[in-house]
Amino acid sequence: MTRYLVGRVLQTLLSMLVVISIVFVLTRLSGDPVNLLLDVNATERDQEVLTRYLGLDQPLPVQYGIYVRNIALGDFGKSVLTRRPVTEHIWERLPATVELGFVAMFMSVLIGIPLGMYSAVRRGGVADRAARIFAVLGQSMPTFWLGLMLILFFGVVLGVLPAGGRGSLAHLVLPAFTLGYFTSAAILRLTRSSMLEVLGSDYIKFARLKGLHEQVVLWKHGLKNALLPVVTFAVLLFVQFLGGAVVTETVCCRTP
Amino acid sequence: MTSLNPALIIGTQVSEVVRLHQGLRGTRLRDRVLEALSRLRIPAAATRLRHYQHQLSGGMRQRVTSAIAMSCAPRLLIADEPTTSLDVTIQAQYLELLKEVQAATGVAVILVTHDFGIVAANADRVAVMYAGRIVEMGSTLQVFNSPGHPYTQALLRCLPDVELKRQELVEIGGQPPDLARLPPGCPFAPRCPRRQPVCDEAYPPAVPLGSGHVAHCWVASAAAA
Amino acid sequence: MILEGIGLTKHFPVTGGFTAGGVRGWIRAVDGVSVQVAEGETLGIVGESGSGKTTLARLFLLLERATAGALRFDGKDVRAFTRDDLARYRRSVQAVFQDPYSSLSPRMRVGHIVAEPLPARNGLGRAEVRERVGAVLDLVGLRRDSAALYPHEFSGGQRQRIAIARALMTYPKFIVLDEPVSALDVSIRAQILNLLKRLQERLGLAYLMISHDLAAARYLSTRLAVMYAGKVVEAGECEAVYTEPLHPYTQALLSAALPLHPSARRQRIVLAGEMSNPLNPPAGCRFHPRCPRAMAECRSREPEWKEVRPGRFTACHLY
Repeated sequence: MTRYLVGRVLQTLLSMLVVISIVFVLTRLSGDPVNLLLDVNATERDQEVLTRYLGLDQPLPVQYGIYVRNIALGDFGKSVLTRRPVTEHIWERLPATVELGFVAMFMSVLIGIPLGMYSAVRRGGVADRAARIFAVLGQSMPTFWLGLMLILFFGVVLGVLPAGGRGSLAHLVLPAFTLGYFTSAAILRLTRSSMLEVLGSDYIKFARLKGLHEQVVLWKHGLKNALLPVVTFAVLLFVQFLGGAVVTETVCCRTP
Repeated sequence: MTSLNPALIIGTQVSEVVRLHQGLRGTRLRDRVLEALSRLRIPAAATRLRHYQHQLSGGMRQRVTSAIAMSCAPRLLIADEPTTSLDVTIQAQYLELLKEVQAATGVAVILVTHDFGIVAANADRVAVMYAGRIVEMGSTLQVFNSPGHPYTQALLRCLPDVELKRQELVEIGGQPPDLARLPPGCPFAPRCPRRQPVCDEAYPPAVPLGSGHVAHCWVASAAAA
Repeated sequence: MILEGIGLTKHFPVTGGFTAGGVRGWIRAVDGVSVQVAEGETLGIVGESGSGKTTLARLFLLLERATAGALRFDGKDVRAFTRDDLARYRRSVQAVFQDPYSSLSPRMRVGHIVAEPLPARNGLGRAEVRERVGAVLDLVGLRRDSAALYPHEFSGGQRQRIAIARALMTYPKFIVLDEPVSALDVSIRAQILNLLKRLQERLGLAYLMISHDLAAARYLSTRLAVMYAGKVVEAGECEAVYTEPLHPYTQALLSAALPLHPSARRQRIVLAGEMSNPLNPPAGCRFHPRCPRAMAECRSREPEWKEVRPGRFTACHLY
């Protein structure tokens, strides 16, 4: 087990190295920041000074080395536009995203798994069909539209929930739902199909044969197996959330 | 063999039955569980309790499943193709074990199988089924030595025997029936070498062939196989 | 023409956990097997799961490369094959597999499936290929117009016939049958076994039949080889092995295989335990932990392969 974990950690570091290298190459390719920073009237002398200051006159491998070393030490440099340290920008926005991510994740799991299970158990029934319609809508609706509609309805028309910004739990409801709807739909469908597959298996048949109460069969025997793919999927989704929910956050004005 | 839940340990799966039907708890529960496992001669039972089903071989899994089935002293055990996926020598072990358990507990066993060899060696009475009906029933000796139904006769002639170098296997023509579209009358008629007009009209009644031996056939006779 | 394996060995590496390179051990699937099939005869290879019989079949079909030992076709070692030799081998040695449901591509029409073994440049026109397909379908007892249908429109037995037809396309001399009837309903097995027998007589085919079904093996085989844990423990003329098994494992195997008549309770040899771990076989004779007649020697020294009686071979310290 430890060997596995160590391996995974090494893989993570390797992936990160690849990512920052790609970023390095792309930024070097996409133009000269010196021109961006300086005034139109800047002289060549000024350009030279700035270039040296930014370290852009060094040979590429050296730049790369400095770049990697800085990142390892936590220094992400300064934003070309705002001249403030990048880390500051990140810290400004990250909490909001993480908050939203957690709540959205929580909501989608809370909605998706039980509905998915219920759907599977009552297959073909009214509830199943309703749940599946709910799921299809969730996966086809664009987030910005849904976000706006929710704000319009709940925030403006009904005035029940805040229309934007952040601060309290109430502020999280609409954006979390917007973000979470799509994923809860995906989780619902995955739980449903996974549960259906599990319900058809021999060990469920055997569990019923033992005379166990149906609820025990479903929750003790069925759920554990059915959740395997769902857990993997949910975690991947959560990582995506953390990566940024730009559209939702912009619509719901959660960015400062 | 796929009757064990891959996500739960063996111990849980055995004890939940005992707990449910016999209301035992704690050490008494554990003792009964170990007893059930040892009856099926499962070695190192105490350690096995903590294992998952994938850590056991096929033969061992079958014994665990059987132990679960036998744990609450049932009067009837239904074994549905219990050895189909097992190797021949493991199958022999298992069937021997089953006989032992049966002798010790007096449990009645219904053994469902497509393997005539198993039937010949283990069954006291046989019921032969075709298209959802029992077409012949009797003691093993009766059915094997003097089969009355043409289907039974045909089966016994078309199966290779490990103890005989057959010169020829007599094929059963045609295909197994489509259960959604059964003809009126005897379902075996389309493939029967002794088909008569009456066979297509009505399903044959039980014809007694000997004490306790019957066959559902219009032309049944206790012909030697 | 003879197809023969001499000391065939196949070990599969087991890579350890996370390290991609480090090899932790070897699965000794086939260990020094020497068997041969001559034209027109059937060699039955019987054994249980883990005995190595399927791997042996794959070695003969060149689906795996032997770790050691030689495979000779018509006297020539396959490792010395030229491209032409290989093409000739593939034409002469065909296969029918166990599962008629997965061995036929569901997306291809039967005619196409059956014609597939023909090499790409075969110098035959479309009409000739069609004629040949029709001819092999006739041989296996299917209607010629089956060529236009898809596999799912056929029953299990019929699909196996299609698989056999496919194997006959290149006029082979040897066919490797890997459990040809195990997946079929019992009432259909006779049809396929009889078909195989008829085809053998009519076309002079040789079969290498892998089976765990001892009854089916007895019906088709002229000679028999019994495998256990990667080795052949006994070989000889089929009837002789069945009536007078020499090796204790063969005896136990035959004792466990149940005949079709309810006989008086005979003495059954029931083996304890299970087949050894292919990663770590026991020292000496691989069967000794389960052998009812194991002696001290069996634990330390591997028995030699000997001709104990004319035409009867076995590896056992009892002889």
